[in-house]
Amino acid sequence: MKKIAYYPGCTLKTTAANFEESAIESMKKFDIELEELDRWNCCGTVFSLATDDLMHHIAAIRNLIRVKEEKSNQVMTLCAMCYNTLKRSNQRVKSNQEDLDKINDFMYKEDLNYNADVDVLHLLPYLRDEITFSKIAKRVKKSLNDIKFSAFYGCTLLRPKEIQIDDPFMPTILENLITALGGETVETPYAIECCGAYQTVNQVDVVVERTKVIIDGARNQGAEAIVTSCPLCAFNLDHRQKETKKKYSKFIEMPVFYFTELLAYGLGIEFKKEWKDLHYVDPLSIFKN
Amino acid sequence: MQKEISTKKIFSKLLEKFETISGENTFNCYQCGCCSAACPVASEMDLLPSQVMRYIQIGLTDEVLNGNTMWICATCYACQARCPRGIDIATVMETLRQIKLRKNEDWTVLGKIDVDELNKLPPIALISNLRKMTG
Repeated sequence: MKKIAYYPGCTLKTTAANFEESAIESMKKFDIELEELDRWNCCGTVFSLATDDLMHHIAAIRNLIRVKEEKSNQVMTLCAMCYNTLKRSNQRVKSNQEDLDKINDFMYKEDLNYNADVDVLHLLPYLRDEITFSKIAKRVKKSLNDIKFSAFYGCTLLRPKEIQIDDPFMPTILENLITALGGETVETPYAIECCGAYQTVNQVDVVVERTKVIIDGARNQGAEAIVTSCPLCAFNLDHRQKETKKKYSKFIEMPVFYFTELLAYGLGIEFKKEWKDLHYVDPLSIFKN
Repeated sequence: MQKEISTKKIFSKLLEKFETISGENTFNCYQCGCCSAACPVASEMDLLPSQVMRYIQIGLTDEVLNGNTMWICATCYACQARCPRGIDIATVMETLRQIKLRKNEDWTVLGKIDVDELNKLPPIALISNLRKMTG
């Protein structure tokens, strides 16, 4: 079995455990083991944009040192925000030797210096480019049976352009995966917009408005469910439907999936009760077989 | 009569600091409004992103810093992806936040949020919010 170093991040160990488990189980079907790093820490979640703020890149770079310690030059991520943060911090030190030197100096107690030589991967482009959607289609045991999905990309896989995994204005990677799994997709103008992100902590109203627009937009195009790749998008679009329904009584709820849950389902892996329990809107209601 | 048009009169210490932290030149903005059109949360803002850019250009920094635009921004980069002048508006917003946060003026105060609500939040929400909204 081929092993790839894997960085989970905080949320995949808690509220998005269904994302992690479904990804690991699915990859095993392709003889790939996502091997979790022995040690890792929070990536920082968001990339610091201030030019004079190096401190907030240390958490990300420390994780890349952990990757090197395991004799690997690449690391797989699932969480869209971890991907964005690790990749951009990596790019910043790769293109700026002075920043890299300062960070290495600061982390003098680490056994090795970081040389900006780790590739940060995300599972979606890996499925597209390495495993390929045609191979996935051949392995489907339970088809999504023409269920209509609306892909929700959110921000951190597409912007800025230095880290984009697909066309930033017309991405198709999630749609192509769903098609390979036997599902149908609908287009909405909201697929590449923001879900309201961390405003969900202290400005819930902002997120409620986003959730309403995004779910209603998907429903108007005939979608039965949303598919996403970010644990924060998933929380906002799924769990915040409770507050959305409270504010808009005519709002109709819609299940929200991680793409790996659908991949696992298609590959014949059981959709576990523990996964279902992490959803707010019942995800199993849409499956027809 | 000759009149001199210059940015010198409005170029305050604050704007100098702003350019140092952001690395962005707001005078590149020609007010096309693409950023405001692209922003999915513009309706919640006191000033639209393009208005913030204009206010900074003409030195109305207090108005910008006392508004809510930079706190509604969730750094989604929709504006930056569409700016025809190559301005990183998300970084402009971050810089405005930083100017406040470096003076200990936090936007998120955890004590004001119900504990049951906090317990429901995933780590990704809490950490990202505290990273952007507190100093």
